[in-house]
Amino acid sequence: MRKKIKIDPITRIEGHMAIEAVVDEGVVKEARCAGTLFRGFEIILKGRDPRDACRLTQRICGVCPTAHATASALCIDDAFGLTDKIPDNAKLIRALIFGSNFLQSHILHFYHLAALDYVDTVAAMGDMAPFVPRYEGDYRIVGQENAQLADNYIQALNIRRKCQEMLSIFGGKMPHSVGIVPGGVTETPTEDKITNFLWRLNEIREFVDNTYIPDVISVAKAYPDYFEIGTGCKRMVAYGGFELPTGKLFKAGIVSPQLQAEPFDAVNITEDLKHSWYADSESGKNPAYSDTKPEPTKSQAYSFIKSPRYQGKVCELGPLARMVNNYVRHDGKCKELIDSLLSELGAEVDALFSVLGRHAARALEAKLIADAMVDWLQALKPTEPTIVESQIPETGEGAGLTEAPRGAVGHWISIKDSKTERYQVITPTAWNASPKDDKEQGGAVEQALLGARVRDRDNPFELVRIVRSFDPCLACSVHLLDARADKLGVFRVV
Amino acid sequence: MSTKEYPVIWLQGAGCTGCSVSILNAVSPKIQNLLLDELVPGHQLRLLFHATIMAGQGEPAIKVLKDTEKDRKGGYILVVEGAVPTAENGLYGGIGEIDGKHVTIVQSVADLGKSALLTIALGTCAAYGGIPAAKPNPTLCKGVQAVFDEKGIETQVVNIPGCPPHPEWFTGTISVIMFSGAEALDLDDVGRPKLFYGKLVHENCPRRADFDKGKFAEKLGDAGCLYQLGCRGHYTYADCPLRQWNNGVNWCVRAGSPCLGCVEPEFPDGTSPIYEKITFEDLK
Repeated sequence: MRKKIKIDPITRIEGHMAIEAVVDEGVVKEARCAGTLFRGFEIILKGRDPRDACRLTQRICGVCPTAHATASALCIDDAFGLTDKIPDNAKLIRALIFGSNFLQSHILHFYHLAALDYVDTVAAMGDMAPFVPRYEGDYRIVGQENAQLADNYIQALNIRRKCQEMLSIFGGKMPHSVGIVPGGVTETPTEDKITNFLWRLNEIREFVDNTYIPDVISVAKAYPDYFEIGTGCKRMVAYGGFELPTGKLFKAGIVSPQLQAEPFDAVNITEDLKHSWYADSESGKNPAYSDTKPEPTKSQAYSFIKSPRYQGKVCELGPLARMVNNYVRHDGKCKELIDSLLSELGAEVDALFSVLGRHAARALEAKLIADAMVDWLQALKPTEPTIVESQIPETGEGAGLTEAPRGAVGHWISIKDSKTERYQVITPTAWNASPKDDKEQGGAVEQALLGARVRDRDNPFELVRIVRSFDPCLACSVHLLDARADKLGVFRVV
Repeated sequence: MSTKEYPVIWLQGAGCTGCSVSILNAVSPKIQNLLLDELVPGHQLRLLFHATIMAGQGEPAIKVLKDTEKDRKGGYILVVEGAVPTAENGLYGGIGEIDGKHVTIVQSVADLGKSALLTIALGTCAAYGGIPAAKPNPTLCKGVQAVFDEKGIETQVVNIPGCPPHPEWFTGTISVIMFSGAEALDLDDVGRPKLFYGKLVHENCPRRADFDKGKFAEKLGDAGCLYQLGCRGHYTYADCPLRQWNNGVNWCVRAGSPCLGCVEPEFPDGTSPIYEKITFEDLK
């Protein structure tokens, strides 16, 4: 039987987004994913002091602003000719600021955005807002174990806050830190700050090891079918991230669906626009050469998100992409973490490409980063410089590619008359939640929804669990439409 | 004594969720106290709608908006985070779908604002437009008061600007409302509670002594007053230097960054280039 269900909005994700799925005999046959808010950052940045981008682009996202501060700083470093001159202290402090943001973001995502789809907070805490209304019928964890997970939801509120407090030692404040600037950082790594940071970090590491990872495993054991749900395109992209004096923590690369490691080169990124509310004249271009021209009434379009592709192919980004990319490149720590988890769950590598695989990769990545941060702290040299002086060039071009909590992020700038002439940003959610491209290939979330079985039309847990496993940085709405409906989209720019 | 409840509807417009994340950083009271406990003895918030936090989604969630507007007329607090996009009839941003129709942010803010006891414009975007309203303001973003003025909505608006606002500016404002009533909020000429926005950053700045001695930082990372590097502390009204941020760990100027003036109505156009010295000519 064919079903027509609409859900709008989906909550517990950042921003504004819509998803629509055609379900036939309870199985998703077609899916569309749409970004429904346009603010025009790339347009607003034009004509401004290039350095301001490092502050202004943070306001793209209040959950992971540091990702944009980092990408923007790298981009401007490049355009100003500073990339090779950034002091080691600055690289380490940038990484410590960014690492703190990763930890708060991953903990927030699992406990406060995703867990309410698995943990019965009403049974544990009572029938009240913000825990009701909600979907009913598939909460499988009961009794003491459920009560403990609900307690950990509260404890995680404290821990994620403490991640922000740790960050502000070097970042100044959160959200929207001020410490990362073109040329380096503004703070100095005095011994007292290093020790202060270390002991805050130790408390967070203890939580990651003894609570976060075990809780993800508890959820995985209660919902094992979610190792087979939400597979998606299986082509993983990482730009590489955490630029340390010794190289990058996360390697850049592509992993093919057959788990082959392939090289990554940013020149192969293009953005299609056929189904996006932007002028077709800019479609298929590399972000270093494209412009943003909104056309909110364009026919065929259903999203404010563009469709980034790599060599024309659909890709997934995020913790899973990074961990798998490091895994196939034989990164020791990463391999040890993944193999040990798979062995505990009795699962094969292929199970990683799933809803639970994404949550597990995120939790293991939190541990990888938190443990590495101890080493970064100890590599700081209190009396050495943290910033290099710079001048705004008359003209210049730059690119800043790094990894955000939700996946690879890139910024591109052109400078003319010492002002920003053009600025382009590709967020990880643009890749994951992209609409169909010029060749009609659906984006990563759209592909992950295909084939999903929806058991109860009034409580479509399956769809929201799939969407949230990507940690999309957009508020989202899911539409399930009848396959017989004459057209998919009631999609308007909302 | 029975508990007085304050239902809260929290709408997100053209913003980044940073204001919500900042409120999650509240320390005393903590976010869990805001959500679950009597904030002040006998007084409790009830966060009925908040897209980032609430369990519900889809129709049951959106029904909360309709029900609250109808059943609690004049009895709920509306919190708006993010600016209100008004170009193309609000086409650039929506809240969700009600009765099969997409509802724009501008329409929701107007409908829910009309029937609210009080509206809190949280963050510089909701208060004055902020970054989405920066030149050339591609989506014609406006602050809540500007939207209310245009539509003839008379509900009181309290601005709690900041990019983001300090969590205690929010919990403190709620405390005034609970202890003494909304009429006790003493607002300045741009709608901010003087309790938090009454003094210049410059007045209480720990680098003030450097300014008085003429010791100025020449580049980022230097000791000294950050005036030459674009600090806006001398015309920005906020208590950051006293309150500090993130549980008192740090704040912008202490971390070596100029004050960005993020609580001021002219942020960001009138407060940038961020790292360039502002002169008295610029202020005229």
